[in-house]
Amino acid sequence: MSSFFQWLAGIPPLAQIPLILLAFAALVAVVLVFVEFAPRRGTPYTILRLAVCVVVPVVVLLAFGLYNSVIWVAAIAAVLGGGLFLLDYRSKRGAGYSLQLVAFMAPAVFFLIIGLIYPTITTAGQAFMKNDGSGFAGLDNFAWVFTSPDGLTAFGNTLIWVLLAPITATAIGLAYAVFIDKSRGEKFLKLLVFMPMAISFVGASIIFKFFYDIRQGEQIGLLNGILVAFGGQPVDWLGLEPWNTLLLVIVLIWTQAGFAMTVLSAAIKGVPAEQLEAASLDGTNGFQAFRHITVPGIRTTIIVVLTTISIASLKVYDIVSAMTGGRNDTTILAFEMVRQFQLGSRTGYSSALAVILFVLVLPIVIYNARQIQKQREIR
Amino acid sequence: MTATPTPIAVPVSSGAERQLERGLAKIEHSSGKLKRGTTSRGATIAALVIAVIWTLPTAGLFISSFRPANDIKTTGWWTVFANPGFTLDNYVNALSSGDSLTLGKAFLNSLVITLPAALIPITIASLAAYAFAWIDFKGRNTMFVLVFALQIVPIQMALVPLLRLFSDGLRVGGLYILPGLGVNGLDGSFAKVWIAHTIFALPLAIFMLHNFISEIPAEVIEAARMDGAGHGQVFFRIVLPLSMPAIASFGIFQFLWVWNDLLVATVFTSGQGLPITKALQDL
Repeated sequence: MSSFFQWLAGIPPLAQIPLILLAFAALVAVVLVFVEFAPRRGTPYTILRLAVCVVVPVVVLLAFGLYNSVIWVAAIAAVLGGGLFLLDYRSKRGAGYSLQLVAFMAPAVFFLIIGLIYPTITTAGQAFMKNDGSGFAGLDNFAWVFTSPDGLTAFGNTLIWVLLAPITATAIGLAYAVFIDKSRGEKFLKLLVFMPMAISFVGASIIFKFFYDIRQGEQIGLLNGILVAFGGQPVDWLGLEPWNTLLLVIVLIWTQAGFAMTVLSAAIKGVPAEQLEAASLDGTNGFQAFRHITVPGIRTTIIVVLTTISIASLKVYDIVSAMTGGRNDTTILAFEMVRQFQLGSRTGYSSALAVILFVLVLPIVIYNARQIQKQREIR
Repeated sequence: MTATPTPIAVPVSSGAERQLERGLAKIEHSSGKLKRGTTSRGATIAALVIAVIWTLPTAGLFISSFRPANDIKTTGWWTVFANPGFTLDNYVNALSSGDSLTLGKAFLNSLVITLPAALIPITIASLAAYAFAWIDFKGRNTMFVLVFALQIVPIQMALVPLLRLFSDGLRVGGLYILPGLGVNGLDGSFAKVWIAHTIFALPLAIFMLHNFISEIPAEVIEAARMDGAGHGQVFFRIVLPLSMPAIASFGIFQFLWVWNDLLVATVFTSGQGLPITKALQDL
């Protein structure tokens, strides 16, 4: 594996694209073919299953390269694979059933464990340790978050972000999607609102920094330009507590409304025309049809969009970092977390903030889990 | 979605036929009205206002990019309509800057990072989403909720452990379970950044694709299973084509996220392998 990547590194960048994609496609094809044959009856297929269970883990480990403990680990892997085969062989649903499940899930589960679950557990552990990791600190780090001015501001502002951004962005996106649905030049109008989505948060922050800019003398920021043109005094928008947080939220809304619009527009197109037709025969007006047919029809999609934007607004880092750097009470949990880490690596505080962030998202997760379960019951 | 009924010749008199045709035309007319939308004048104006507000900030930046540097610093971009003054200097300067890593090279790097980092996670996620949607197993809901919850793991927290994993591998006690990738210091290698992006994309990708894949009518899948297709064939020949629109639209988002990413790329690439976002930041 590592020699494959080393060999790949020597190749011109552009040629690496087809090579890595081909290698990946070959792997996926092998998985799919195996899944297809795994649950079939008969001795050859049983042998195939056994061979795959025992041989694949060993080959994968050897493919990673030779290292000191490879034989031991490979042997353990082979034994585990054999165990899996036996479990699968005696399974109630018939041999091969759980194997195909494993084949479908294994790649995703592998990556999630090494890349997300393992770091999360490490972080959760650190949240209860002292800042330098020297000893157990109990709940001190959490107490710090809810007593220090930085922590409290971050917590309050995060609540503002997560309450305002998803609802506003979704509402604007939905309204826009409905307004331009089936109108002339729909694609172009969609493109206009989608464009901010294609700009990175850093780019969007630069754009809005211009927008909110304040100068001595002539204004170059549009907002102050308008204000001065009407005879007002220029305002230092980003220093204007507590409204500056709202001005930062606007940047997120500006980028996410395009996302909401695209996804919701696709869902609106999926609402059966017969229902709308029936409603119009019954004499509903546009708003009633929207309220009682379109919205219920795209309910699941609306929830998905709200959830995605909520999570994006909990995680937002670039906007605060690029626009104010957390000054003037604009800091939020995700930003404060990185800042505490960079400020003399206060890992304890930083991890505590991460854990609080995780707890904040739990209600959203539980709500979505309920929805998923409900859908399952209907089916 | 809606099946089109096949027209059949009904033996009726020519008068009745004409009447039927007129009725059909009427229906088509009214549904045509429906098709033109429920939009009123107010809605159109509201849509236009939103479109203008959404375009204005970008337009300002776009116009600014063509103005002489001195003008940008002293007057607002809207004054350009009163006293125009345009230049391409900004573009010339930007493209020729950069010491060893030129913008052109950085652009190429972005492409090499982004294409695999968009396609690989989507494929892996659609496999997992299919399993979540159509293969029944114990603890399926719990596991799905767990995957969904992983979305909130802040990337910043995962960077350091991942970096250590890539260079040193995974060890329990003195035993290596996984070795490192062995590509440290290789400027031309993008393996680390591909894997990192794949990992960070997976929770959302699985969640989104599951939403679409689970809405495929169960009859379609059951019919294929009756005809003897295994899960491999059902996935490749039915689920994949049917959910292609969803996969494509998610693919576009994933492409944009990776393309615009700065944090992951700066951590996992180096030297000649840095993408265009980093080159832009350094200008």
